[in-house]
Amino acid sequence: MLEDKDRIFTNLYGFQDWGLKGAMGRGDWDDTAALMARGQDSIIEEIKSSGLRGRGGAGFPTGMKWSFMPKEPKPGKPNFLVINADESEPGSCKDREIIRHDPHKLIEGALIAGFAMRARAAYIYIRGEFIREAETLAAAVQQAYDAGLLGKNAARSGYDFDLFVHRGAGAYICGEETAMLESLEGKKGMPRLKPPFPAGAGLYGCPTTVNNVESIAVVPTILRRGAAWFRGFGREKNEGTKLFQISGHVNKPCVVEDAMSVPFRELIERHAGGVRGGWDNLLAVIPGGSSVPLVPAHEIIDAPMDFDGLRDLKSGLGTAAVIVMDKTTDVVKAIARISYFYKHESCGQCTPCREGTGWMWRVMERLVEGNAEIGEIDMLWDVTKQVEGHTICALGDAAAWPIQGLIRHFRPELERRIEERRGRTLEAAE
Amino acid sequence: MADILPNSIPDIAEIRARWGAFAWTSENAEQAKTIVGRYPPGRQHSAIIPLLDLAQRQVGAETRTQGWLPIPAIEYVAAALSMPYMRAYEVATFYTMFNLAPVGRYHVQVCGTTPCMLRGSDDVFAACVAKGMKKGQTTPDGLFTLSEVECLGACANAPMAQINDDNYEDLTFETTTALLDVLARGETPKPGPQLDRQTSSPEGGPTTLVEMAKENHDYRPQWALEAKA
Repeated sequence: MLEDKDRIFTNLYGFQDWGLKGAMGRGDWDDTAALMARGQDSIIEEIKSSGLRGRGGAGFPTGMKWSFMPKEPKPGKPNFLVINADESEPGSCKDREIIRHDPHKLIEGALIAGFAMRARAAYIYIRGEFIREAETLAAAVQQAYDAGLLGKNAARSGYDFDLFVHRGAGAYICGEETAMLESLEGKKGMPRLKPPFPAGAGLYGCPTTVNNVESIAVVPTILRRGAAWFRGFGREKNEGTKLFQISGHVNKPCVVEDAMSVPFRELIERHAGGVRGGWDNLLAVIPGGSSVPLVPAHEIIDAPMDFDGLRDLKSGLGTAAVIVMDKTTDVVKAIARISYFYKHESCGQCTPCREGTGWMWRVMERLVEGNAEIGEIDMLWDVTKQVEGHTICALGDAAAWPIQGLIRHFRPELERRIEERRGRTLEAAE
Repeated sequence: MADILPNSIPDIAEIRARWGAFAWTSENAEQAKTIVGRYPPGRQHSAIIPLLDLAQRQVGAETRTQGWLPIPAIEYVAAALSMPYMRAYEVATFYTMFNLAPVGRYHVQVCGTTPCMLRGSDDVFAACVAKGMKKGQTTPDGLFTLSEVECLGACANAPMAQINDDNYEDLTFETTTALLDVLARGETPKPGPQLDRQTSSPEGGPTTLVEMAKENHDYRPQWALEAKA
């Protein structure tokens, strides 16, 4: 098990001061200039070598992403860092804890990451509903400015760097990186076609890297303790520590930092007080936030919680938002509610998603009642396949996958409901 | 997308008469200047979301509600940013946090997405309904507006509701009822978990980082030991 000394977010629960003084007492901002003096390429190499994969869901190697940024920005086309704090994936609630309890890890990480990718300014795009969290973050940024840690000659590194907090106003889609850039430019959050990728033309047409809060906030600690330390946790290609968010039918839901690849059973048993009603009562788990397919109990119990382990179960680690469902769950209704979520959040730009999310949700609602024909299950599967991969961004995929997971693992339950309802109807007719 | 949504924002004579002269208060004028200053010169359109939020809050302060965006306020913000009105209108209607019709003193936004649903958000709605609220409507006394919202990012503390600017978490039928009673009396309940629990740590005390519960523990000396070993 991960020891406390190896946890990065030591003030995760906010027992102590989130402010600069408290953060420095825990080791943040400790000679940041020395870390930066290692040089930009050396920082990028260290992050690459640490194995850090993006913590926002897709799991793209963070160091490699940074290396796509131009090394010599053209005049009038400065590099930008945009930090994705639009945490809206159902099940996810980790960035919130970083922002309200350990904001200086994020701010210091922003300076170092911004420096490494030759950005002179960064925006933190925080979801609008994080009202108190944004207040804390803005106050922490101000503290950093007042202490000379941001702005001209930031942290006495000789590098000028500005950091701004930008609040959204309620739109899940803005967590998609190009929708976020559109929103930051003052438009509706509708994703852009790629290419061009943000590293070529992002915010205001300038080279931009979008990173998740957790990816940025772990950077200072990785540099202080070395890539080998971080690489020491988790399986190959899934290295590091990770914030897991455990919700649903466990005895004690919580957010906790543990090593990547921790087995599911250990994670739940150790931190969340076990499954409600015991392990035999476990029905299924959505292991990475609402957009990944659910995994039935027997498949996940001993699975390692990491990118590849969950991919092998035809699901994914996503943001490590673990939604646990016990046998009292109406699993069809649970997935139908997710379908409603995607219908609500579709930006309406691409037809397959705009029309498909509503269509899929309506069929799901009928399946909850069993008010359908058996053949409609196949038709629904077919429609999810027509939405998946046919939209500009991944929201279409995210809407399709939970339904595919349900049909893959719970088809008998869907059929049972249809048969049962048909039986009732026939009885009534007689 | 916005939730408090008639098909369009009412643009009628009474609203023009009431809000036609909308302009920043002197305090908000300062605030607006600071906000626009966060973006590069010529990129002031970036400030549209924060300024619409500021406008909604100003309307809220004037009406003692959470606030909403009457058309003259949107026109005012658009003009302040040299942005066509329609572009500002698009933004106001795209994002769910902008209210397109008046709301009550307290906007009770109950999360109904799956993680909250699994933990009993139906009970939270039931408690609201028992107090006379209806989804998407304001109570006749103007005190409460009830909305079902999508995931607000506090899933380890589900079920939860956001009421104006604060989150109330780990709710039950009883604690929701108590919360609404406190609000109805004009008092402010304690935000956060409504049971004995430190933020998102497990109920009954953390399983990790227990030193942190007592003092601002510095773990760095333990790193050094490791390096020597």
